[in-house]
Amino acid sequence: MNFWQFLQQNWPELLTLIRQHVVLVLVSILIAVAIGVPTGILLTRYKRFRSPVLGLANIMQTIPSLALFGFLIPLPFIGGIGARTALVALVLYSLLPIIRNTVTGVLGVEPATREAAVAMGMTDGQVLRQVELPLAMGVIVTGIRVATVIAVGVTTIAAAVGAGGLGVYIFRGLRQYDNNLLLSGALAAALLALVADFLLGLLEQQFKFDGQPQKTNAIQKVLLGIVAVAVLLGAIASFRTRSESADRANKIVIASKDFTESIILAEIAAQMLEAKGVSVERQFELGGNLPHEALLNGKADLYPEYTGTCYTAILHHPPIGDPRKVFDQVKQEYARDFNLDISEPLGFENTFAILVRGEEARRLKLKTISDATPETPKWRAGFGQDFMSRADGFPGFSKAYGLKFLEVREMDLSLTYIALSSKQVDLIAGNSTEGRIAKLDLVQLEDDRRYFPPYEAVYVVRKAALTPELTEMLSKLAKTIATDEMRQLNYEVDGNKRDIREVVKEWIARSK
Amino acid sequence: MTTMSNKPLVQFQNVSYSIPNLPNPIISNLSLTIGQGETVVLLGESGCGKTTTLKLVNRLYTPTSGAVLVEGKSTTDWDQIALRRHIGYVIQEGGLFPHFTIAGNVGLVPSLAGWEEQKVKTRVDELLTMVGLEPARFAERYPRELSGGQRQRVGVARALAADPPLLLLDEPFGALDPMTRVSLQKEFAALSKRLDKTAILVTHDVREALLLGDRIALMDAGEIVLLETPKEFLASKNQKARAYLATLTTGV
Repeated sequence: MNFWQFLQQNWPELLTLIRQHVVLVLVSILIAVAIGVPTGILLTRYKRFRSPVLGLANIMQTIPSLALFGFLIPLPFIGGIGARTALVALVLYSLLPIIRNTVTGVLGVEPATREAAVAMGMTDGQVLRQVELPLAMGVIVTGIRVATVIAVGVTTIAAAVGAGGLGVYIFRGLRQYDNNLLLSGALAAALLALVADFLLGLLEQQFKFDGQPQKTNAIQKVLLGIVAVAVLLGAIASFRTRSESADRANKIVIASKDFTESIILAEIAAQMLEAKGVSVERQFELGGNLPHEALLNGKADLYPEYTGTCYTAILHHPPIGDPRKVFDQVKQEYARDFNLDISEPLGFENTFAILVRGEEARRLKLKTISDATPETPKWRAGFGQDFMSRADGFPGFSKAYGLKFLEVREMDLSLTYIALSSKQVDLIAGNSTEGRIAKLDLVQLEDDRRYFPPYEAVYVVRKAALTPELTEMLSKLAKTIATDEMRQLNYEVDGNKRDIREVVKEWIARSK
Repeated sequence: MTTMSNKPLVQFQNVSYSIPNLPNPIISNLSLTIGQGETVVLLGESGCGKTTTLKLVNRLYTPTSGAVLVEGKSTTDWDQIALRRHIGYVIQEGGLFPHFTIAGNVGLVPSLAGWEEQKVKTRVDELLTMVGLEPARFAERYPRELSGGQRQRVGVARALAADPPLLLLDEPFGALDPMTRVSLQKEFAALSKRLDKTAILVTHDVREALLLGDRIALMDAGEIVLLETPKEFLASKNQKARAYLATLTTGV
């Protein structure tokens, strides 16, 4: 469908995401101003602290945003998944421009003017309030403007910690290779940044004292009024949504990773629980290892995972091949070390599928990975971040088969399929249940040396959160999804671009 | 004849001032008495310490040794704020607040002192008229809308607003063109006499010194080398003084 059709169909969700985005930015800027401006003022009085504090704010800004978000999650009170964690990170990011510009603005007041003020018998407080601050206001607002525009951009990352915002569309669009999602998310964010820049630029003009006298015209006043009201409403709205977390005790929080299959499995659990009248909160599309962290901290109760991943990436054991052994050991160690339980396997495996183009496989008669080994020095490989960084991923894999590639590129997993089919890379490590494998005429090479451990799909659940309904549901789901069926479900969402909730609803109805 | 007035308003008693970074003191062993109603001009080249001397009076600087007495009390004994509100301070270009109107600037010190609004307004109008600026035309304007000369007049009006007995002026007419400068100098001299103000004025312009000073203190390297009336100065045999006087005929 074209972009306009997409907008027509999805504008309610887009508007919700915009609202979430705006609220996150507004509230974080407000807090950053409340902390940053007084701090800046103090720094103009106490020279000793200037370097250390400015240096600290500088460091905050250089920490990669996703890392900062992830770092904050396990902390008590300010941590957790959702808006609160995102806000803390956003405030930290916005502090530097605001503090620095406050200091620069106040110190930048004409020395003659300040001297005249002091010589006339003004107290330090009077000098600050009547002379320095009014004259510094233009520069301070510039700092706020810069911080706001940066915040609009950084807030897109907030989606990775479940805080919502336009990042949801951007990440989803990347994952599903859907330009409509990408465009709408990115365009909306860019527009927001421009609007914020413009409005704050107007405010800045109010405070310029060189050149022509400022006539505060009616239009500017109205615009400022709108901003003030919007800020107030946003703050109120965000406080209201925060009170939802008060009912933590009575509901199940289900998390998922940020790829389609994980969301589908999580959605299945969610809908089945809701059918039983259980209150469910969805914290989907979390990046990296956040779902596991969330369970450890009690911020979430359940998420779909794979036994192989538990075994190697989380428990750090070297990979082995026996599925039952892997399952038993994971179950035992999860209970012992994390107080977590894993459900019986759901019936399919999602292992790393080493994929090549169908035509290459047929031409070179490739069936197993060992068949391909002599070809690899001529090939470029493309792998997702997960595969590159995990010990049971690329490092172990290339060692086990003695592989040497012409070039190895790291990119977003969902892009690797298209990269392979369009000949930009020659071999990828995709997911075995990926719906697009057949559609793009990709062939999976057999793991003849049995390098990859079994990755049986299971649910990981917090023992403390196990209610009778939850236990019943988990046992009901055991062995209910075969590999083909999972591929089909994936394809419905990724290939046919259908809504996940619809697809899951259908499947549940079908499988009764 | 040196006009020594009844009560000394300002006294420098062996004052020295130095700062940690510089080896030589900026002011050394300076003694000077300024009587009420007098205008004393501190004349000298850049770096001779005349501005520093001025700033010791309103406690922008504190002497490292010796004492500066204002109305008989050392500046270190005075409450800083009270001392400064007691003194009018005029600097080059006026040092006006760009974000205040002319009326706001002039009425600043009385407002700080808690005068009631109407009284401040009356005083502001009075002063603007006194310095030759029509209140109706100028009170609500902003400093950037005025010429240099007009800004300087506002600076003087501001300094006079709370009716302080003492005025400190730091090269107040330096940034003006020669015509305006002379005009303002004459006005200021008349005003100062009429209001019976005591003034300490810093300048490097010998013409100004001769015109405005009851006494001229010629400064060099942090010391007063000559302290005489204009008449005595004109007849002085002192080398530096003669050098200054020479500029009257050669320079503009």
